[in-house]
Amino acid sequence: MSTVLEHVACPFCGCVCDDIAVEVDGGRVLKVKRACTSGQGVFMEYDPSPRLPRVRGAEVDWEVAVAEAAAILDASDSPLIYGLSSSASEAQRKAVALADRLGAVIDSTSSVCHGPTGLAMQAVGEPTCTLGEVRDRADVLVFWGCNPDQSHLRHLARYSANARGALTPNGRGDRTVYVVDVRETGTAKKADHFLQVAPGCDYEVLTTLRLLVQGGEPDVDVVGGIPVADLTELVERLKACRYGVFFMGMGLTMTAARQLNVAELFTLVAELNAFARCSVIPMRGHGNVTGADQVLTWTSGYPFAVSYARGYPQFSPGEFSAVDMLARRAADAALILASDPGAHFPRAAAAVLEEIPTIVLDHGPSVTAGHATVLFPTAAYGVDAAGTAYRMDNVPIPLSQVIETGRPTDEDILGRLIEAVRP
Amino acid sequence: MMLGIVGGRVYDPCNGRDGEVADVWVKDGRVVEAAAIDRERAEIVDAAGLVVMPGGVEIHSHLVGAKVNSGRKLRPEDHRGNERVRAGAFRSGVGGTVPTTYVSGYLYSEMGYTTIMEAATAPLVARHTHEELEDMPNLDKGVFITMGNNHFIMQAVSEGRPEMARDYVAWLLKATKGYAIKLVNPGGVENWKWGKNVSELDDPVIGYEGVTPRKIVETLAWVNEELGLPHVPHIHGINLGRSTSARTTVETMKTLAGRRAHYCHLQFLSYGEGPRHVNKGEAAAVAAAVNADPAMTVDVGQIVFGQATTMTSDGPLQYSLHQTAGGRWMNDDVESESGGGIVPITYKRTNPVNATMWRTGLEIFLLVEDPWRVFLTTDHPNGGRFTSYPQVIRLLMDRAYREETFAGIHARARKGALLPELEREYSLYDIAVITRAGPARALGLERKGHLGVGADADIAIYAEQDDKEAMFAKPRYVFKDGVLVARDGVLVAEVPGRTFYVAPPYDPAIEDEIRAYFERAYTVAYENYAVLAGDVAGAEPVACG
Repeated sequence: MSTVLEHVACPFCGCVCDDIAVEVDGGRVLKVKRACTSGQGVFMEYDPSPRLPRVRGAEVDWEVAVAEAAAILDASDSPLIYGLSSSASEAQRKAVALADRLGAVIDSTSSVCHGPTGLAMQAVGEPTCTLGEVRDRADVLVFWGCNPDQSHLRHLARYSANARGALTPNGRGDRTVYVVDVRETGTAKKADHFLQVAPGCDYEVLTTLRLLVQGGEPDVDVVGGIPVADLTELVERLKACRYGVFFMGMGLTMTAARQLNVAELFTLVAELNAFARCSVIPMRGHGNVTGADQVLTWTSGYPFAVSYARGYPQFSPGEFSAVDMLARRAADAALILASDPGAHFPRAAAAVLEEIPTIVLDHGPSVTAGHATVLFPTAAYGVDAAGTAYRMDNVPIPLSQVIETGRPTDEDILGRLIEAVRP
Repeated sequence: MMLGIVGGRVYDPCNGRDGEVADVWVKDGRVVEAAAIDRERAEIVDAAGLVVMPGGVEIHSHLVGAKVNSGRKLRPEDHRGNERVRAGAFRSGVGGTVPTTYVSGYLYSEMGYTTIMEAATAPLVARHTHEELEDMPNLDKGVFITMGNNHFIMQAVSEGRPEMARDYVAWLLKATKGYAIKLVNPGGVENWKWGKNVSELDDPVIGYEGVTPRKIVETLAWVNEELGLPHVPHIHGINLGRSTSARTTVETMKTLAGRRAHYCHLQFLSYGEGPRHVNKGEAAAVAAAVNADPAMTVDVGQIVFGQATTMTSDGPLQYSLHQTAGGRWMNDDVESESGGGIVPITYKRTNPVNATMWRTGLEIFLLVEDPWRVFLTTDHPNGGRFTSYPQVIRLLMDRAYREETFAGIHARARKGALLPELEREYSLYDIAVITRAGPARALGLERKGHLGVGADADIAIYAEQDDKEAMFAKPRYVFKDGVLVARDGVLVAEVPGRTFYVAPPYDPAIEDEIRAYFERAYTVAYENYAVLAGDVAGAEPVACG
């Protein structure tokens, strides 16, 4: 006899859509409604079969695996804890507690994604809003260096370009949409205006926009590949809008000027508020990467790249960020929580992960899990474990347990490790 | 577990004790009659010569939640040099103006405080607030829920259906596990989403016909009475920081004349007409309005010279402050409910505006006659850190210290000041009122703020010193529920705390209306909005009515 669960939240991306219907029967997911293809995969491709932990590839029982993992952490002079962003905030809190206990370095996927966004926020602040304000109020949208059409598949329909809200009853018809990107993306094809910026030239375009907002006149006709006339039109539209919202992605954070790009954009948005209300929302990727920032901040004071080696939190991106810790061989053991750096990190860093002892908590197979010294096959939050995820706009959403598999959660295993390691 | 604190000078204003030598007996975390104790088995603390008070009760502080955490993230420079090293099982973290959660719990504990109220949370992110509270040990807690710009409430006001607002508020408090109704710049935050604000109590709120700040305040005061909430409406009025604030503050007080209400961080709302926002301190006029109406309570929001991080749900205020101060600005508009902003600031004694704010706060403390109606806050971290309370206590108790500090502030702030004429010095009894008994009574927390039989055994014990700042900075002993948590100002134990919330009854028919409203107004499902009691560690309902 199957049951349909309504209002289920999807843990896949920073949209955390919570209107999903999941039909389940006997611990299996039969059907998923309203989710995007990525979300479908989260539920439909989940392998709920019971699994035992492994130590160096061999199945062991949970106590043995916990003892083995604790021994690795106790023997380490400089452990690294990394990942976090596809886990729930309950587990993230335990991960930070373990880092504090061990004197470890802890970092999330933010450091290879929106880390520069956090640095920009620290430099200039951030005028932002929740996604409901975008849906209800925004009449001008600018997507800069992000492509939700491919990365956040329901974003345009549910929250932004096409969403119908209180002041935008006609959805797309009530909005003007701009895309700034280096190539004509799927999102750009759906926009009213596509401004094609030359690679690496975002910063000068942003600076020019600031100049135009202040009433200045550039002495060139084209900046970063974009005609100044087009930039002027954008600025005039923004200054006259009801509520403008920028979404920004890795086209700004991971190119050329990185955090300087983002700080320039945040400053532009702040300055536009002298004329019209404007906000900016970083297009965060993983389902709970925003939660990783939140949890690390309320426990350590800093959003990512935190070292507890001196007995108190220190923040140093480029030094305590995971790629740098590994590439420098500064970590002699690693605990990877719900992430696959073995597949995604630069080779120089990923190679070190294959050499040092690693403890991996993950609900499915991954390159990193394949090399794990100790592998804990934990439950997936939002599928067979309940928890909390923070949407890209920092709104916390409860994740449901839609099937029961009896697998331990990340929180359970991390809690046992905190008990098992030397005090 | 039994405990006796014997021979101390007990300052317990709720029970009329003004330093009389008495014993306090504790069993299973509560204060009990001496007869209930087997003295042979009780642990005895010799308090001879020491000052014994109930644990401190914080009525207004920004410690946890979305806005506070943004403030933490915004200010790495504020953390550095304020680190706290991990000690055994006690967590490390950072202090400064926006401490991490564990450090906040530890610092309050080490200062003799045992209960705190988080002063503002937007309902949509209440789940976040409760997550942080769970990571803030050694304190009992409660959360005020911002409602002064809530669309559902404003719609009810517009339609002339106050009972709809009442039922919704009851539902909302239960759904957020909140403790009290908070108003922040009623109507002004909604107008800020249109790039505007309100400046008078009868200004219109855009999009809500007939709705004004005055009507929002009146409706929520009525709702508060109807629901019989333990606390009163907790009001941050319009025009904060502006030269019209004293006038509109007094007008707001008169609007609610004779009705119970709390006006928070009053210092920030006590300025008179002049060329600058904070020009002419109007402590006398505002204090006179407070003195005239025994139904109201206030807290001061005292400025402390040094670093601060301003953070309020008052979005237009924070933008205005950003334009004045320059530098970093954080804003967050929250759908259908609220908003907020953050601007770091440094208060300097040599800055005439800052110095005027400093002396105006002290004038309010000294001009409000009834200590049961004026409470110690710095509106942490807006006016200064909560760890500055001992310094403020010294300013209130020690006129010579006050005069010495006053002599060092900017000359323009000294001009016209009432402070030099105010000879009043607070007594230890008065301090016990403004930091314990008074706030607990205003909050309706019957087991807090006193040491009578049945009280929670939250107790702070001090060695009296001439330097009252030193005295209150490091209590000799602090007990939470009868457990020794700090000794000589150093943490010795970590214990979990309660989260007090209210769940007044309401007509369940409102739920259908709210569910339908959610379809239109929110990007989060109705079913995923409510924080359940099981989601909140140590959740404890407090009776209404």
